[in-house]
Amino acid sequence: MRVRDVLHLSWGTLVRTRLRSLMLLLATAIGVAAVIVLTSLGEAARRYVTAEFSSLGTNLIIVLPGRSETTGSGLTLFAGQTPRDLTIQDAVALERISAIDKVAPVVLGAASVQWGGREREVPVFGSTASFLEIRNWTMERGRFLPPGDPERPSSVAVIGMKLKAELFGDAPAIGEWIRIGDRRFRVIGLLATEGRTIGIDVQDVAIIPVASAQALFNTESLFRIITSTHTREDMERARDEIRRVITERHQGEEDITAVTQDAVLATFDRIFGALTLALAGIAAISLAVAGILIMNVMLVAVSQRTAEIGLLKALGAARRQIMTLFLAEAIMLSFIGAMAGLLVGQGGSWLIGRLYPVLPLGPPVWAPIAAIVIAVTSGIVFGILPARRAAALDPVEALAGR
Amino acid sequence: MIELEQVHRVFQVGDQEVHALDGVDLTIAAGEYVSLMGPSGSGKSTLLNIIGLLDRPTAGTYRLNGRDTTTLSDDEQARARSENIGFVFQFFHLVPRLTAAENVELPLVLAGRAPVDRRPMVETAIGQMGLTERSHHRPDQLSGGERQRVAIARATVMRPGVLLADEPTGNLDTTTGKEVVEIIEALHAAGMAVIVVTHDPQIGGRAERSLTMMDGRLVDDIRRRA
Repeated sequence: MRVRDVLHLSWGTLVRTRLRSLMLLLATAIGVAAVIVLTSLGEAARRYVTAEFSSLGTNLIIVLPGRSETTGSGLTLFAGQTPRDLTIQDAVALERISAIDKVAPVVLGAASVQWGGREREVPVFGSTASFLEIRNWTMERGRFLPPGDPERPSSVAVIGMKLKAELFGDAPAIGEWIRIGDRRFRVIGLLATEGRTIGIDVQDVAIIPVASAQALFNTESLFRIITSTHTREDMERARDEIRRVITERHQGEEDITAVTQDAVLATFDRIFGALTLALAGIAAISLAVAGILIMNVMLVAVSQRTAEIGLLKALGAARRQIMTLFLAEAIMLSFIGAMAGLLVGQGGSWLIGRLYPVLPLGPPVWAPIAAIVIAVTSGIVFGILPARRAAALDPVEALAGR
Repeated sequence: MIELEQVHRVFQVGDQEVHALDGVDLTIAAGEYVSLMGPSGSGKSTLLNIIGLLDRPTAGTYRLNGRDTTTLSDDEQARARSENIGFVFQFFHLVPRLTAAENVELPLVLAGRAPVDRRPMVETAIGQMGLTERSHHRPDQLSGGERQRVAIARATVMRPGVLLADEPTGNLDTTTGKEVVEIIEALHAAGMAVIVVTHDPQIGGRAERSLTMMDGRLVDDIRRRA
C-alpha cells in the first residue's frame, strides 16, 4: 500500500467521524498548548530574573556581612558570637586590592522625603561616587555624588525622576533643599535610569553620601559592599583577596560572604530551569491523558468497524496493512492536534506577553519540539493496542459482524 | 486450479466440537461454473471461506494453482487472496464513506498499484457493470442491485481467477437478482471460475456443476452441459 493511499483512507475516516476527531484533536491540542504556555512562563521568569541581575552591572562581587556556611560546634551559637559589622574602613581597604576596579559601600534604609509641604516615603541609598558606574546608571540632569573621603558626610542628594515629579511637579529640583528624615540635603542631580533593582524602582529613590546615610539611620554598619573587577578573569582572584583582606581586618574571623554575580546568576538559572521542567512535566501529564483518550476512542472505533476490517481482509489486506491504517489514524490525529496546540500555545504566550509586557515570554526552543514529539509518540504508543486488535480480528467473524 | 484433499474444519462451541467440514475432497478446474447448495449449517459458507483463504482448514490440504496454502504466512495469504480471489457477499459490504469508484479501487490500493494504473482498471470494471454514470455516488445513493454490481466490479477489478459469491441474490428482489446472476454468468463466459453459494435451486440449477452439502460432507456432485 502506498503512503499517500494510507493517508487518504485514514483521512477519509477522520473526516467522516468529524465530532469524534475534533474532540480528540482538542484533547491533544490542549496538552501541547499547556506545555508551551507553561514552559513559556517558566522561561520568562528565568529570563526576567537573569535580566534583573545583569542590570546590576558587570563583573560584580557583592560582599555581605555574615557567613552563609555553618561552622564549628553548636555551642558557639549560644556563646553569643555575632558577625562583625562591615564598615566604611573595610570598603576603603578593599580599594587597595589590585584586581578590584571600583568599590561602593552601600547603606540602605527607608525615610520620608519632604519638599514644600509634600512628603513621600522612599528607599534611601547611602553610597559613594563609584556607585553610579558600578550600577551602570546614567544621569538625567546635574551631577552624581562627588568623589571624596567616604567617611565625611555631606548634605547633597541625587533623586530619581519619579520622586522628583511627585515632589516638585514641573518645578526645577536641582539646587533645592529637601528634607530626608530629620536632615536637610541639597538636590544636585536627577537619575535617568528606569527599571527596578532588587525590587526597588530606581526612579523612586534618593541617594546620599554613605556617611550621611549612616548618620541618618544611626548605624555604623554597611548593608553591603559592591565591588567590580577590571576583567571577568579577575573575579575569582578578587573574591579570594576580599576574603583575605576582611579576615585580616576582622581579627582572623572570616565573617563575610562574597558572592560573584556569576554564582548568583547560575543559581537562579538552575532554580528556574528546574521550575520550567516541572511545569513541562505537569503539562505532559495532560498529553498522556490525551493519548489514553485516543486509545479509548480507537478501541471503540475498532469494534464499530469490524465488518469493514473483515471486508478489507477479504479484499486482500494483510494484518500489517490493517495495523498501518489504524496507526495512521491515531498518528494523524495526534499530529494535527499537536500542530493546533502549537498555534494555540504560541498565541497564548503572545497574548500573555501583551498583557504583561514586563515578562520576556517565549517558550524555550526544546518545548514545542518536545511537546510535538511526546504527542505523536503517545499517538503511536496508544494507537498500537487498538491497531493490533483490529489486525488480529478473524475475517470470517468480522464479516459476519460478530 | 482448486484442489481440496480430506479437508476438515472443527469449531469449538463451548465444550463441544462441531465438525463444520468433515473430510471434503473437491477439485475445481479453471473457468468452471459451480453452485454450492445445502441446508443452513451444512458447511457451505465454511467451505467457501476456506477456498477464499479467509479461513484455514483444521486438517487436510488445500492447493490453489498447485501451491499448498496451509503453510503460507499471513502476508502471503493476503497476497494470494488479492491476486486470485474475488468476493461477493449477500450484504454487499461496501464502505459507506467511499464512492462507488473508490470502493472498486480499494483492492488495487491495498495491492499497492500506482494511481495511474488504477484509473483505467476501475473505469473498465465499472463500465462492464454499466455503472459509469453512478461511479461518483456513495452506496447510500444507490439501489440494491447497483450496490451488488459495485461489489462485483470490486471483486473482479484485480481480474482474479475465481469469483466467490455467498448468496449474491439473497438480499435482492427476483428481477434484480436475475440481473446479478446474468452479470456473474457473463464473467464466467469471459473465462472466470465462479462458485456461487445459494439457497435458491433455480439459481443453483443454472450452473454447469452443482454441489450439495449435508452435515459437513459433499453428498452430491452433478455435472450438466450448459
